Amino acid sequence: MIQQLFFAYFSAAIILLSVLVITRRNPVHSVMWMLLLFFHLAGLYLFLGAEFIAAIQVIVYAGAILVLFLFVVLLLNLREELKTNRFITSWPVSLIICAGILLLIISSLRDFLLGPIGKYSVEYLRKETNTVALGKVLYTEFLLPFEIASLVLLVAIIGAIVLAKRRVKSH
Amino acid sequence: MEKFFETIVAPGAVDFMLYIGVILLKVIVVVVIALLHVAFATYFERKVMARMQLRIGPREVGPFGLLQPFADGIKLFFKEDIIPANADKPIFYLAPIIFFASALTSLSVLPFFSGFVVADINIGLLFLLAMSSLGAYGIMMAGWASDSKFAFLGGLRSASQIISYEIAIGLSLVGVIIMAGSLNLSDIVIAQHNYPTGMFAIPQFLGFAVFLVAALAETNRLPFDLPEAESELVAGYFTEYSGFRFAMFFLGEYTGMLIMSSIATLCFLGGWTIPAFITNFLPFLSYVPGIVWFLAKVYFLMFCYYWVRSTFPRYRYDQLMAIGWKVLIPLALANIVLTGLVKSLSKGLQ
Repeated sequence: MIQQLFFAYFSAAIILLSVLVITRRNPVHSVMWMLLLFFHLAGLYLFLGAEFIAAIQVIVYAGAILVLFLFVVLLLNLREELKTNRFITSWPVSLIICAGILLLIISSLRDFLLGPIGKYSVEYLRKETNTVALGKVLYTEFLLPFEIASLVLLVAIIGAIVLAKRRVKSH
Repeated sequence: MEKFFETIVAPGAVDFMLYIGVILLKVIVVVVIALLHVAFATYFERKVMARMQLRIGPREVGPFGLLQPFADGIKLFFKEDIIPANADKPIFYLAPIIFFASALTSLSVLPFFSGFVVADINIGLLFLLAMSSLGAYGIMMAGWASDSKFAFLGGLRSASQIISYEIAIGLSLVGVIIMAGSLNLSDIVIAQHNYPTGMFAIPQFLGFAVFLVAALAETNRLPFDLPEAESELVAGYFTEYSGFRFAMFFLGEYTGMLIMSSIATLCFLGGWTIPAFITNFLPFLSYVPGIVWFLAKVYFLMFCYYWVRSTFPRYRYDQLMAIGWKVLIPLALANIVLTGLVKSLSKGLQ
């Protein structure tokens, strides 16, 4: 019962906060609601017993990525930003498409099947701790995807450096 | 009585209430004692700096000026609370609360002595990093919401400084995590006690050095106190704050110092334990309670903070960034590679 209540609270809060993020006129307020949203997401991970993912969610998304968002937003001209329209003119089209997708998901809910219970049960994770279990899986079973992801990130870093270098030269 | 409650609420509810009660009691004890420590840390700082500058420091309030922090607190509490006319009020109110609360929340995962910790979680070290990144929001929000140039510049500087040095802090601790094989702070301390040198500061000297320098920047202390550089920015991000809201920033900063010193103590200096070779040599030392060793190490590091503050001039902003990105982060990365190599090679030998 308590579990369902927790999940209901977190999912309702996440939906409400996402709506708040996109409807605020002031972009700094949007970022602040997004910060709260990230903490709720971390809470949901914690609730699933994935404490490592929860901590990484806060450190990486709230601690690094959102700070960079805030950086950009702080440098905007707020007086102009408050006057501009919040949504593009073709938003009804996106609304119809999203409503269609939502209908599809709801109609497929009846055929929802629970997956088979694997090795990583709650008891296993409690004994091994989430961090150890995740590390073992990442570096054995999913080594190739993990390395590919790191290579993609490396390419992005090098790309950012190349772009920044070129701009310095053109000045 | 217990039976009576169980029939009303639910079986096991009394145990649950007792559990919650014990946790609340622990929280109150930790917060009150930590805030008293913070209050006397300001007194300690003023005395130490005064002696270093051939002054005497506070001495009027109470014996040896010991009541000075309380006098300051009472004074700040009764000051007028001024809010700039164009300030963004909700964010202006929230900023000091977020800053102070994130500092206090960090206290909950610190083991002060064997077995005494409010929340003994598996990811204690990551939790501390997460809370310190939340603290950066308090500073940025304060800078932005004040609607003042000084505060805004201070907030921007602080944000870029904190996210740069957070990387260095996180990477410098990876060596410790590799050696201890755990993110739980109690486990890290026990791993150090079982290690021949008794503390990780000796094999992890590189990580320890990086951590100490980055901790100065992370808590906005001299020589990296650019977010609140008096000569350029008045007081930086909290220029427009007064009264008790200012006090919250002030307390948050000192709590941050206490936490950084505690992390260094727990991860590098062996926490509440002392090396086994010392207790073998002088057995009577093993009767000293662990909290004494913990506090002695923390206060030594706090003293280093003040020592550095009264010794070094402030760095320029580009120098600050260069130290962070071009010196500390590569050193911390090299430390991770070295530690990993040594650990995997020594495993191969066994």
